[in-house]
Order: sequence, then structure tokens, then C-alpha cells
Amino acid sequence: MTLAQRRWLFLAGMAILAGFYLWGLTALPGFGHYPGPYGFVINRVAVAQTKATGVVSAVNFEYRGFDTVGEEFILFIAATGVATVLRQLRNERTGGQTGDEALGPGSSETTDAVRLASLVFVGPAVLFGWYLGSHAQTSPSGGFQGGVVLATAFVLIYLAGAVLAFRRISPVNLVDAVGAVGAGGFAAVGITAVALGLPYLTNFLGLGSVPGAVSSSGTIALISFFVGIEVAAAFVLIVGELLEQTLLVQRRAR
Amino acid sequence: MTAGQVAIALHLLAVRTPFSVPAPLMNALQVVLLVLVAAGATGVVLVREPARQAIALSAYGLLLALMFLALQAPDVTLSELTVGAVALPLLLMLTLAKVRKREK
Repeated sequence: MTLAQRRWLFLAGMAILAGFYLWGLTALPGFGHYPGPYGFVINRVAVAQTKATGVVSAVNFEYRGFDTVGEEFILFIAATGVATVLRQLRNERTGGQTGDEALGPGSSETTDAVRLASLVFVGPAVLFGWYLGSHAQTSPSGGFQGGVVLATAFVLIYLAGAVLAFRRISPVNLVDAVGAVGAGGFAAVGITAVALGLPYLTNFLGLGSVPGAVSSSGTIALISFFVGIEVAAAFVLIVGELLEQTLLVQRRAR
Repeated sequence: MTAGQVAIALHLLAVRTPFSVPAPLMNALQVVLLVLVAAGATGVVLVREPARQAIALSAYGLLLALMFLALQAPDVTLSELTVGAVALPLLLMLTLAKVRKREK
């Protein structure tokens, strides 16, 4: 196929796609206009039903908890897949010579300014991550965001140049186990409800009487916690696997 | 009452916060942020060097997070900040570092 033919094929395809796209746009509700009653209903009943003032979390971990189980396992399986592929590659490479050549001289010099800035932010990142993960029921946060913030603390330690410390505080086996506990914990909360004779993922814990209290909303807080550690572990695992080659090289050099 | 009437009735009962921003100001802010997001997205595409592009993507994630905040979606703001502005650029940078080391 010549270049001109390809161009015409592309333009024809684009024209058809653009046509459908514009046609679809005409039927969208106006900017800022929410058409369905479902959201308004949730806004009215969620706080009274779940005692969670973080209504988004109430939707994610309670009303649509089953969706979130699926999402969490997508993340879990994705992280597992990345780790599997990268570990396979690493085993191949450590057998050869490429690992030593890979890190050229002076390629990982970190300035003191970066080290200091990274270390300064480690504490706040850990604190903020835990805060986000443990306050899903009272604020628009939750385990997903908290988990990623928590994982960035580990990355900051790496950035600070404390390569061995990164590995010491996140040994692969521990990270794997924490991730599994997080993913399994969410599912186990659902199954516990079944064991108690309730539908899957029913909120079986006491809701508390004060909406907005940290101790309120039963399983919402618990699920958020499990999601938080699972997300943090998955993220640390992926970052760790990507860094692993560099770590091996540096450890050998010491 | 139809479902639509129920929706409107419930909407009118919705909670009013004492800290609400005047509507014209909010609209202006949203327009400004939408324009910035469009400009930012174009900028990310126009940066052709992958490592710089990852940083541009991080800045774009920040803009997008601000836009979600202006559209009153603080939960999406947090997700966008953590995933779009931090996690995704970080993974891109790490991958680039790995690929480049292999190429050397």
C-alpha cells in the first residue's frame, strides 16, 4: 500500500470517527447538568444510612463495594503481572554481564539538595498517607489515594540515595505479603458478612451513632484500610522491581 | 411524582455550605482552568523528549487536579494528584531509565 493510499484510509477513518464522536456529543447532558435521580438520592440518604460523611467512600466501599473489589483485584493482578515479568527479566540479566555495564560511572549521583528535600518529605508523606487511608469515612479520601501517598514515602527514601534502606524497609517478601493481605482482606470482609448470614459485603460492623466520627461507618473504614495497604504494597512492588537492577549493581560495587 | 420531579425536589433540598464561592466567580475559574487544561494537554503532546514529557505530564496532572477541584470533585482531585501527577510520571521515568540503560 502506498503512502497516499494509507493517508486516504487514515483520513476516511478519522472522518467516520469524528462523525460518530460529534453525533455522540450532541446527546450528552449540558455541562454541569446531572440527569439521573440516583446521585441526588444517595446524597440524601447516604449519611443517615452509613454514618459516613465521606459519601464518595460510602459509595465506593458500601453501595458499590462489589465494583471496588473488582477494581482492587485488577490492580493486584496488574502488579503481580509486572512483578512476574520483571523478575523473570532480572534473573536472566544477573546471569549475564549487562547488569554491570548498565550503570555507567556517575549515572546515579544525587545532589545534597535532592537528598535533603526527599528526607524532609518522608515523614509528612507517611503521615498524610495514613491520614488519607484511615479517614475515608469522614473525608473525600480513601485507601486508594492514601496508599499511593504512602508508597511515595518509600520512593522518597530511594531518591534520598538511601538505596539499601529502601530495600531494608521494603523486603520483597514482606511487600508481597502485605499486598496479598490487603487484597484478601477486602474479599474476606465481604465473605465474613456471608458467614454471618448477610449478603456479600454487607456492612456488618457497628455503624456508630455520630456521623463523621473516625470510628463510625463500620466496614467502610476497614475496607479502606485494606485497600490502602494493598495499593501501597502494589506500588512499592512495581517501583521496587523497576529499581532492582540498579540496586543489584550498586550492592555488588560496595 | 415522576422520578424527574423527585430529583428536582431532592436537589432543592441539597445542603448549602457557608463557604460557597459566588457562582460567576466559580464559572470564571472553571473556564480559566478548562483553557489551561487544554493548553497543558497540547503542551504535553508538543514536548517530544520522553523524559521532559513525563515531567510535563506531571504538571498537566496538577492542572487537571485543580480543574477537578473547581468542579467540586475533591475525591477525584486526590486521585488525580496521586496517580496522574506523581505515580504515572514516576513509573514513566523509571521505565525510561531502565530502557536507556539497556540501550547504552
